[in-house]
Amino acid sequence: MNDMRPMDNVVTDKTKITARDVHVHYGTTHAIKGVDVDIADRTVTAFIGPSGCGKSTFLRCLNRMNDTIPGAVVTGKIRIDEADIYDPCVDPVQLRAKVGMVFQKPNPFPKSIYDNVAYGPKIHGLARNKAELDDIVEKALRRGAIWDEVKDRLHAPGTGLSGGQQQRLCIARAVATEPEILLMDEPCSALDPIATAQVEELIDELRRNFSVVIVTHSMQQAARVSQRTAFFHLGHLVEYGETGKIFTNPEDSRTESYISGRIG
Amino acid sequence: MTDISNDTPARHGALLVTDARTKRRNRAETRFKAYGITALAIGMAFLAALLWAILSNGLTAFGQTYVQLDVPLLEEKLDKDGDRDPEKIAKVSTFGYKPLIEAALTDLVAREGIETDLDGKALTKILSESAAAKIRDRVLANPELIGRTVGFDLLASSRVDGYLKGRVSRESLARDKNLDAAHLDLVDTLSDVGVVEKRFNWAFITGADASDSRPEQAGIGVAMLGSFFMMMVVLALSLPIGVAASIYLEEFAPQNRLTDIIEVNISNLAAVPSIVFGILGLAVFIQFMHLPQSAPLVGGLVLTLMTLPTIIISTRAALKAVPPSIRDAALGVGASKMQAVTHHVLPLAMPGILTGTILGLAQALGETAPLLLIGMVGYIATNYPDGVAEGFLSPNSAMPAQIYEWAKRADPAFYERAWGGIIVLLVFLLAMNLIAVLLRRRFERRW
Repeated sequence: MNDMRPMDNVVTDKTKITARDVHVHYGTTHAIKGVDVDIADRTVTAFIGPSGCGKSTFLRCLNRMNDTIPGAVVTGKIRIDEADIYDPCVDPVQLRAKVGMVFQKPNPFPKSIYDNVAYGPKIHGLARNKAELDDIVEKALRRGAIWDEVKDRLHAPGTGLSGGQQQRLCIARAVATEPEILLMDEPCSALDPIATAQVEELIDELRRNFSVVIVTHSMQQAARVSQRTAFFHLGHLVEYGETGKIFTNPEDSRTESYISGRIG
Repeated sequence: MTDISNDTPARHGALLVTDARTKRRNRAETRFKAYGITALAIGMAFLAALLWAILSNGLTAFGQTYVQLDVPLLEEKLDKDGDRDPEKIAKVSTFGYKPLIEAALTDLVAREGIETDLDGKALTKILSESAAAKIRDRVLANPELIGRTVGFDLLASSRVDGYLKGRVSRESLARDKNLDAAHLDLVDTLSDVGVVEKRFNWAFITGADASDSRPEQAGIGVAMLGSFFMMMVVLALSLPIGVAASIYLEEFAPQNRLTDIIEVNISNLAAVPSIVFGILGLAVFIQFMHLPQSAPLVGGLVLTLMTLPTIIISTRAALKAVPPSIRDAALGVGASKMQAVTHHVLPLAMPGILTGTILGLAQALGETAPLLLIGMVGYIATNYPDGVAEGFLSPNSAMPAQIYEWAKRADPAFYERAWGGIIVLLVFLLAMNLIAVLLRRRFERRW
């Protein structure tokens, strides 16, 4: 596995998600105004921008979590592997098994650590018996870099863990269903710097198996974990490109102002 | 340049001296605390007075005076032919038993060597009118007893019972034709030798209502069964309907004008006076659907209508209290909306739902007004007929309606039973609230 390491900063060219002319309205609010973006496979893509710029909204379009918000209307085309996810034939439940999500605040179910991770595989019928389920749970917890901390107390409540552990548990829960894409909505904003470092390290690991899209407030975080960065401002995708280029040589003056701290 | 002095100028008074403004604020705070304590004290005083009144008036209903009497069941009176034919024995009415009781009482007085001016007929006044019927029932059930002298525990009359409980005195009997002071002397002597004694009154808890002339026989048991049947109907209907409606409104329904109107109306229904539900039940269930009157099924349906808003409101509050992040988490791993609700939201909302349901049931259990309108004040003087399933459709009463009935009657012995009935009702309500608390503790989880 360690020989995979040299792929750091290598960006595959295969496109996983294609968005074309995406608009989102919440009632009378026009939250996303025509976003076009191609998100590459096995890459960490960061969405940055000031509060209320629509980056979380756009992220939630990618697994249709906006469907649950009353009054939200999404137009435009979003394709994952050439399949339009807003096609009437697509069941959002099936989509969300393919596109996992980690939320801003750690939100483990008030159940045991084991049940938290096993829930997704159970409802998707990924395990035929208890032994298989045990394997899936262990694998997911290992991928979530939390196995060593919880292996002796799998049946303790997930809510009893520390904030950072809870968030890694939530990541383990999300990867347990074997998604292809992992969406992360400010996964470190409720964590302290040490827990944040652990989660960031984990995100880098996850890149080997998933394409990761992360929304973050912290430009340093985007610079540390991502290969590509998209800058959102007032519902527009202002600039999208290689992370190194966005932070050192942005094309748009708004991007430059934001990363240098003049707006936002 | 502005000049900068080395010390910050004193902008407030010295800290050790309380200024007038602070004093005023502190006084207001003290006053407010005093108001609060006074209000609380008044509330506690009312509660204590209420409890004292209920207990002091009602506890006596749980004791009842009995007379132990050896009654000779003479063959020539009860079964002239001596062939023990049940039909012929049944032809002897309770009047046929009265001479036997008179004889037994005269015999008792003579045996104990008690001096009294009362003759046999007058002596029977210390017994309840139910005595003859009780002996007859026993004889009909077992004709072999005829010809023997059998010991019976017979109810004393309500006046004698009242005398032993301190409700009736020799002075009050001066205006009462039912009993004389001479009877009380007799009762005193008889209770000294242990023939007349007060016991715990199981018959009050298990028995049926009785006619105006024999309050000593009345019990709340049948009304309790009526209430039980009604609660079964209420629970079976209002819990599933209420929870389903709440889940739909809270988790699935779109936010539009229609659901707004429904929400407002549910809140309004919770405030509709219960008698309105009663007249609605009368019109819809009895006059339109021709369901039987006085039936626990109808009572249960009316109370279901009344309880539904309470259950829906508390269930929705419980569902709202589940953090949205739990729903997001479930949806995020690919659960369907229904799975998110049944696997995660509902278990977390369970304590609130159960508490609301039990409190709604407790409210329904104590409700009287709608029952009066649909005739759930049936006078059921016999113990419950066999067949529990039949209980939903056969006429019955309910505990609060029974209490209301007793309170209406003139005899103070019924008044005592009304208070006793209130104690039984309160015990049920307390038990239900206790269950609600225990369930909440049991199911409560933190996140």
